[in-house]
Amino acid sequence: MRQEIRICGFGGQGVITGAVILGKAAAVYDGLIACQVQSYGPEARGGAARAEVIIADGQIGYPGIHTADILVAMSQEAFSKYGREVKPDSIIIVDPDTVFSWEVSQTVHLVRSTKIAEGLGNVVVANIVMLGALTALSGVVSHEAILAATLASVPARFKELNRAALEAGIAAGMGQGDAVTHGRRATAGR
Amino acid sequence: MPTYRERIRQALGGKVQFVQGDDACAYGAILAGCTFFAGYPITPATEVAERMSEILPRLGGCYIQMEDEIASIGAIIGASWTGAKVMTATSGPGFSLMQENLGYAIMTETPCVIVNVQRSGPSTGQPTLGAYGDMMQARWGTHGDHEIVMLCPSNVQEALDLTIVAFNLAERYRTPVLLFIDGELGHMRERLVIPDDSEFELFDRVRAESPDGYKPFQAGESLVPAFAPFGSGYRTYVTGLTHNEQGLPRTSSAAIHDQLVRRLAAKINSHSDDIVRYEEYYGDDCEIAIVAYGITARTCRDVVEAGRRRGIKVGLLRLITIWPFPEEIVARWSARVQAMLVPEMNLGQIYHPIREAAEGRCTVKLLAKIGGDLHSPSELLEALEELQCQPR
Amino acid sequence: MSTTLTLKTAAQLRDTYLRHEMFPTIFCDGCGLGNVLNYTLWAIDQIGLDLDRTVFVSGIGCSSRLSGYVNADGMHTTHGRALAFASGIKAANPDLTVIVFTGDGDGAGIGGNHLLHTIRRNMDLTVILVNNFTYGMTGGQAAPTSPVGSFSTTTPYGNIEHPLDICELAKAIGAPYVARWPVSYPYQPIKSIAQGISKRGFALIEMLVPCHTAYGRRNGLKDLEVIWQWYRDHVVQIDDHEHITQFGSPEERAALHDKMKIGVFQDVERECFDERWAALVERVKL
Repeated sequence: MRQEIRICGFGGQGVITGAVILGKAAAVYDGLIACQVQSYGPEARGGAARAEVIIADGQIGYPGIHTADILVAMSQEAFSKYGREVKPDSIIIVDPDTVFSWEVSQTVHLVRSTKIAEGLGNVVVANIVMLGALTALSGVVSHEAILAATLASVPARFKELNRAALEAGIAAGMGQGDAVTHGRRATAGR
Repeated sequence: MPTYRERIRQALGGKVQFVQGDDACAYGAILAGCTFFAGYPITPATEVAERMSEILPRLGGCYIQMEDEIASIGAIIGASWTGAKVMTATSGPGFSLMQENLGYAIMTETPCVIVNVQRSGPSTGQPTLGAYGDMMQARWGTHGDHEIVMLCPSNVQEALDLTIVAFNLAERYRTPVLLFIDGELGHMRERLVIPDDSEFELFDRVRAESPDGYKPFQAGESLVPAFAPFGSGYRTYVTGLTHNEQGLPRTSSAAIHDQLVRRLAAKINSHSDDIVRYEEYYGDDCEIAIVAYGITARTCRDVVEAGRRRGIKVGLLRLITIWPFPEEIVARWSARVQAMLVPEMNLGQIYHPIREAAEGRCTVKLLAKIGGDLHSPSELLEALEELQCQPR
Repeated sequence: MSTTLTLKTAAQLRDTYLRHEMFPTIFCDGCGLGNVLNYTLWAIDQIGLDLDRTVFVSGIGCSSRLSGYVNADGMHTTHGRALAFASGIKAANPDLTVIVFTGDGDGAGIGGNHLLHTIRRNMDLTVILVNNFTYGMTGGQAAPTSPVGSFSTTTPYGNIEHPLDICELAKAIGAPYVARWPVSYPYQPIKSIAQGISKRGFALIEMLVPCHTAYGRRNGLKDLEVIWQWYRDHVVQIDDHEHITQFGSPEERAALHDKMKIGVFQDVERECFDERWAALVERVKL
């Protein structure tokens, strides 16, 4: 098993934090092998940021990702850049409030992470909502592991907020509620 | 009151972590007993300093941010002479600045560990991307005849494990030891299992037993002199000038210079069996060898498997110790294979000693890559296939 | 410390404190570096310093050879970097007394940045900086302290650059103890060195030492008598300087321009690095 996950968005959305938590869930709490690399530079502050995690049940040699098995996109710029670097059966998750158009043959899962996070009182946990959805949709890590990794990675006073964000994301990912839209779309209006 | 080793565990946190290569270097240093770190911020090595600044005061050690890298290595050399285990960490530009004092550490037989999280040059180059451009500077950057010890981990776990080894070698041979990773590995997060104390050995420099008749730079069979820290009453004079066994400057004696500089070289070279580390995959059954080190080597392992599935009889010789150069093992492989492929994240540095060791017994082909990207499995496979098709 | 000095004889000093195997020194006949060593040893003797717990650190240059002549732990380091090495020693083992010998080129030229930051950090070091206006060991090149118009092998037409006032610099950036004395004043430097060693924090004692060999002979000061007299004529006590500035005649004030102030520039208390570090450790230790 080797799953290559790419989380992308714009700087400040916490895509790297999301990837670190996902990797931690796999490596520390699920006993898997994980490797996380990040692309950062001056342009990462505000521009397109991406973080990548490889999760495997055996040794990870090459630490790079060309086509992702799972893609999470949280901005149009990032989707335009990385949306095509996927496999035919990749799981693609986008936030329809920040990604406005996609033209891919795969099923695109729509998770309104920003909206959900706003509803919980703080937009900064949009990345955690996405982690919940990713976990529910892919099963790449266990629910217990992602929860433990999330709680271990955030300051004490934000634990409840993050727990709520994760649970909302899992619920969204499991199709509970109307936040997930399956199906092939060329564009989606706001 | 918990013991020092128990407090180390407390400071490092959970046994299984998901951390960066830079963090792992810092953890390895702490486990090895490092109590003094001096450094200067530089991408992509800054996280080593950050971890040390966090952990050392909690353990009663000392972290000091110096005004530049010249001062950083100067401070650790001074601290080492009080008996402390010491480290600094930097990247290419900072490593360039350290060269003079690196030579001083060699000449004065000062145990210290220098981490270089390499980025590409020349000059400021690509600060945030990995490269292996300092491999030869490490060997010959400081002036004069000398030997150097350098280790190159391939993953985050090994960054910790080899930092412990680096300290042990520095202490055992009283010499600076270089731990070289790159920006990619330095910032990569992987599963890190913090080893129990029972899983590794620690070596502390051999101490002088009595001031009577003690000569600070007189070495016995081991070629390594016994150490007396400053403040212990031995009244040692340490100089970078050519010195006699007593440590006193003797700058115009050809014999004393010859004897000193040859001993300094021999204490490394004659212990290469202890210092040299490498890993072999399919060493007994291959026609083409990939010879690699650092982060590139991990991709090569995948490629060896993929190549063999395609019917290419390929093996991997992963160099862990780069200096002193593992000449013997490279020579042995060169006699056994038809070709060697040397992928490097530079324009060809370790390729040269590999070719020298192969002495024409096999083709040695360089696969150079610069610009910040790692060698991809497909380009490595392609290079292997090309090598296989070449007339021998 | 007592106010009257009871000094050992030179022979007693030699037998008590010097590393005999290092002699003869490399210094030219008539060089003032021997005096600086003498004053340092007298100061050490006055305060009863334990040489088993004292490290002498130096860089490169004539003055940096002084560390080797004292029979104590010593570290003769690289050019300009003595303060970095000394900082490492002191930070790693604050129980040791660390005394640095350096020169104007070593300490304020190539090592100038280390000087700034070692003072800023307030490392508890005593720095005896020997200023001879030149790079003596390499045969007399222009230094950061060379007077305007002075000649050297690299300023054959006269020096056009302005010299650095090391003591004013050290004072401005907060060194707790700063003093400057010409080597021709024996008692004041002994007192200042003793005060510097006793001071918790960075102490700088700049010694004006004539180099008749490399500097003097290119500047009409080859003769020992002449060069020592030049120093007498070109220094002024800090108090006198202030007095003349305030109350002196225009001629007297004008005469100050080519005189160097001597005396104690600064003597204040300021918490030093190792004290602050110890407090930090106390706060966060496990």
